[in-house]
Amino acid sequence: MKNKYSIFSLIKNSFTYHENWQRAWRDPEPKKSYDAIIVGGGGHGLATAYYLAKEHNLKNIAVVEKGWIGGGNTGRNTTIIRSNYLWDASAGLYDHALKLWEGLSQELNYNVMFSQRGVMNLAHNLHDVRELKRRTHANRLNGIDCDWLSTEEVKKFCPIINCSPDIRYPVLGSTLQRRAGTARHDAVAWGYARGADAMGVDIIQNCEVKGIKRNGDKVIGLETTKGFIQTSKIGVVAAGHSSVLANMAGIRLPLESKPLQALVSEPIKPIIDTVVMSNAVHAYVSQSDKGELVIGAGTDAYISYTQKGTHEVIEGTLKAILELYPIFSRLRMLRQWGGIVDICPDASPIISKTSIKGLYFNCGWGTGGFKATPGSGNLFAHTIAKDEPHKLNAAFNINRFISGDLVDEHGAAAVAH
Amino acid sequence: MFIINCPYCGERDHSEFSYGGEAHIVRPKQPTELSDDQWAEYLFMRKNVKGLQYERWNHAHGCRQWFNVARDTTNDKIHSVYKMGENPPK
Repeated sequence: MKNKYSIFSLIKNSFTYHENWQRAWRDPEPKKSYDAIIVGGGGHGLATAYYLAKEHNLKNIAVVEKGWIGGGNTGRNTTIIRSNYLWDASAGLYDHALKLWEGLSQELNYNVMFSQRGVMNLAHNLHDVRELKRRTHANRLNGIDCDWLSTEEVKKFCPIINCSPDIRYPVLGSTLQRRAGTARHDAVAWGYARGADAMGVDIIQNCEVKGIKRNGDKVIGLETTKGFIQTSKIGVVAAGHSSVLANMAGIRLPLESKPLQALVSEPIKPIIDTVVMSNAVHAYVSQSDKGELVIGAGTDAYISYTQKGTHEVIEGTLKAILELYPIFSRLRMLRQWGGIVDICPDASPIISKTSIKGLYFNCGWGTGGFKATPGSGNLFAHTIAKDEPHKLNAAFNINRFISGDLVDEHGAAAVAH
Repeated sequence: MFIINCPYCGERDHSEFSYGGEAHIVRPKQPTELSDDQWAEYLFMRKNVKGLQYERWNHAHGCRQWFNVARDTTNDKIHSVYKMGENPPK
């Protein structure tokens, strides 16, 4: 890689007051034609381009992004990473991603601040206990680390949780995946962008796709705001706008796009060194390196592309947070925002070929796509390059909605959306 | 956040209502004759419109009646409200 980041480059650049660092990626104009174009410059799209160039030797690739890279859901999520899903297919997919996360900073020569601080999933009633214990066993059978904690162990692991038996939804136990954690979301997009750019991938920002051109049953190019670009392979990774792009190509998807909200508090000293999620009361919280509490709320019930959500959802989440953590009662919230998430009927993603030759879709990540970023890009690149799915994403094809072979992960999506 | 004009009760905050998804999806007349493709189309495939969408709402914390709404999903602005069984406004 040109200009490797290291302690020596840091020292060298300090002599010029850090004013002469090389651009992390170029800002090219689109060429007339590419071997493959990725639509969507979020983490998943940039990772796809990175692995296409690195593992499949495709060099003439572009990523087109209508705004700026990492400005969509990659920059709007709560950065939680875990792989404790129930079914074998999901376990394979998400743990593949988690294993890539474990070496990602070194691989990209870019600090993605991956922090394996553990993720807890709390149980508040007998059904939760049974369901989460079942998931603990299922995870272990799939080689994924998962521990069951009693109420006393929960209190010991995360002392600020209110473990009193008198609260409305008492804590009856918890799962703990110790390899899980968080990462810095922007760094993931930037790291993949820099890595892909170094291998010759053109990252074209402010370039919106206006049409997908077909010749019979195969794609021949994209109409964009920067003109027509020829290509025989298009990988769409457009999250909330997947249906809009599918519509351009004349195919139908089983997606609904809804606003999902999150919020952060004012920064405080370190108080919570893990990630705590609760399905039943619908709240999850972790603390960023800046000291802000990062709180995830729920989706609104209706389809909307507005990137904002309703106040009731925030209110419900904060009520639950306050009951679980009375110590936060005087904290002020700093910012709130929404992202548009594309939800599949079975709460599992689609990483798939389509009925149109050369057109591939990676979508339906719904409320939990960030954690899968490296794995999603890696497997989607394989699917595009070989024109067939990798064995780890074979189950996540579009045809499962016709065959009925769904991968129902509503339970492991961790909070009920 | 928006106000919905229930055709039976008048204007109320949307939090009184529950969302019923895309409107005008017709239940197949002869379910036993349907192919898997047609079932998938009916059960799962959705327009997921960015723009003017026709959708169903239920006044769950009010009169509990179902009705249709034409709403722009890019700004949550409601263009019209019409009763079940009526055709969508042009």
